Amino acid sequence: MATWVFCEEQGGAPSASSLELLTKARSWGEPAVFYVGGGSDDAFATLGAHGAASVHQLDVGDALPAPLAAAAMAELVGPDDVVLFGMGSTERDVAGRLSAVLGAPVLSNAIDLDTSGDQVTVSNEILGGTTRVVTAATAGPALVVARPKAFPAEPGDGRTPEVTAVASPDVGHAGSAVVLESHVEESEGPDLEAAAIVIGGGRGMGGVDEKWEPVTKLAGLLGGAVGATRAVVDAGWVPYSLQVGQTGKTVKPDVYIACGVSGAMQHLVGMKDSGMIIAINKDPEAPIFSVADLGIVGDVHKVMPALIAALEAR
Amino acid sequence: MKIAVCVKQIPDPAAPYDLDPETSFVVRPDDQVLDDTDRYGVEVGLRLVEEVGEDATLTLVSMSPSGSLQGIRQALAMGADRAIIIDDDALRGADALTTARVLAAALEEDGFDLVIAGTESTDGYAGVMPQQLAGLLNVPSLSFARKVEKDGEKIRIERQTEAGYNVVEAPLPAVLTVTSGVVEPRYPNFKGIMQAKKKPVETKTCADLGVEPVVQQVIKAVQPVPARQAGEVVEDEGEGYLKIIEKLEEAKVI
Repeated sequence: MATWVFCEEQGGAPSASSLELLTKARSWGEPAVFYVGGGSDDAFATLGAHGAASVHQLDVGDALPAPLAAAAMAELVGPDDVVLFGMGSTERDVAGRLSAVLGAPVLSNAIDLDTSGDQVTVSNEILGGTTRVVTAATAGPALVVARPKAFPAEPGDGRTPEVTAVASPDVGHAGSAVVLESHVEESEGPDLEAAAIVIGGGRGMGGVDEKWEPVTKLAGLLGGAVGATRAVVDAGWVPYSLQVGQTGKTVKPDVYIACGVSGAMQHLVGMKDSGMIIAINKDPEAPIFSVADLGIVGDVHKVMPALIAALEAR
Repeated sequence: MKIAVCVKQIPDPAAPYDLDPETSFVVRPDDQVLDDTDRYGVEVGLRLVEEVGEDATLTLVSMSPSGSLQGIRQALAMGADRAIIIDDDALRGADALTTARVLAAALEEDGFDLVIAGTESTDGYAGVMPQQLAGLLNVPSLSFARKVEKDGEKIRIERQTEAGYNVVEAPLPAVLTVTSGVVEPRYPNFKGIMQAKKKPVETKTCADLGVEPVVQQVIKAVQPVPARQAGEVVEDEGEGYLKIIEKLEEAKVI
């Protein structure tokens, strides 16, 4: 059994998810990385430091990677192997394509993984994180899509992985999606996924500009990052890169302050493992209060300005 | 132009639901609703049909027990022309790849230029089925679209990424997945609801499509997760912020 970790180059560096998965995978083996991107000595050294024994690099140029990466991976991955993916857009795209090419199932939303038995098993949480299900793949290879931060990334002893270039396969019409432009939507302040404090804004903030301002102001005062619910992102108030939840980022800050957040399951699964949760919401029945260490039933536009003024006065 | 939209009927997310203790499958209530995320795919499809004109059609494709078509009727009432339902007892508890195989077989039989799906379902949220489908159909996929445009024979999208977005383009035939928020879905009007009752709904089995479902993943255990305990909840009477300051001091972040 060989273990593979899929890695998409993001901003010239290996994706955060690939380093998390390598850290986990090196606990039982010598993981190989399938790398999509231009690559660099620094990027490969980072992968090596996290446990990669080898790197198979595919440069797809302007093509959207999934069909090409899946076709190339299908040639490398054996029937008894395990292939690990993160939850990002391209990562899920490649996992799905590879599944179709190999006729192998995808075990998704993994928060834990066990490769010690005859079958690879993964654990995931369903029904808003109230129930844990352990699923086994009965056909190989086992393709696993893991949730962000399921495994903490830690550099290990470090080594120099052997890098092999992979030729881009010809997949015909299926490979004809091309990337014309790439845009980065910058957010100010600390990285949402690494921040010790996250201020999460929900639809209860009521809108953009001065309505949303208390969220960014509080984040600024506390040195925290701004997060948002799916409803807020879908309404176009903030970019998707700030979305916390099932289909966004998973955060585990020391303190999470939920402002005008009702606490839909979709959001809770992305933040419920925070160290401390403080919630402000005018609806006393809001589900967010069932996970909050402190709940303030009140108007965000009264409580937050008072809090901001008090913090500014300190 | 032949547009197909993959839709899923799910138990009402607002109502609590359970797992069957024997099979560990979700107990599907008789009444199922259209997955909210699919309304966006239907809306994108309808707008493309309106743009292209009379030659364009919109077909719904769904793997679903045919006893409950409430969710399908919702999508037909929005304006879809017809629906193909794949209903087979052998598909209970089917995984994403089996679902993709079934939908791919139905789509290949019926023909398509563009297949639209949500990025992931609200109840299963694996988010890999549309890519499996694109792989099986051997067509390009435009995934995680937050904006969709038709440019001649090509579809161009803004594709959501972790850092921002890309502009991506592909020729037809293709699979397109849309995020919630790509467009504002219309609500069915009275005329639409009345017409939906008469729109054709074809039902097919696995045998009709020549698909043999195989089980490739099994549930080994189901355990409750210890719930996080709720803490103190206080009514704000002007002093609520002081409680927050106390808590932040306790956490040593101020």
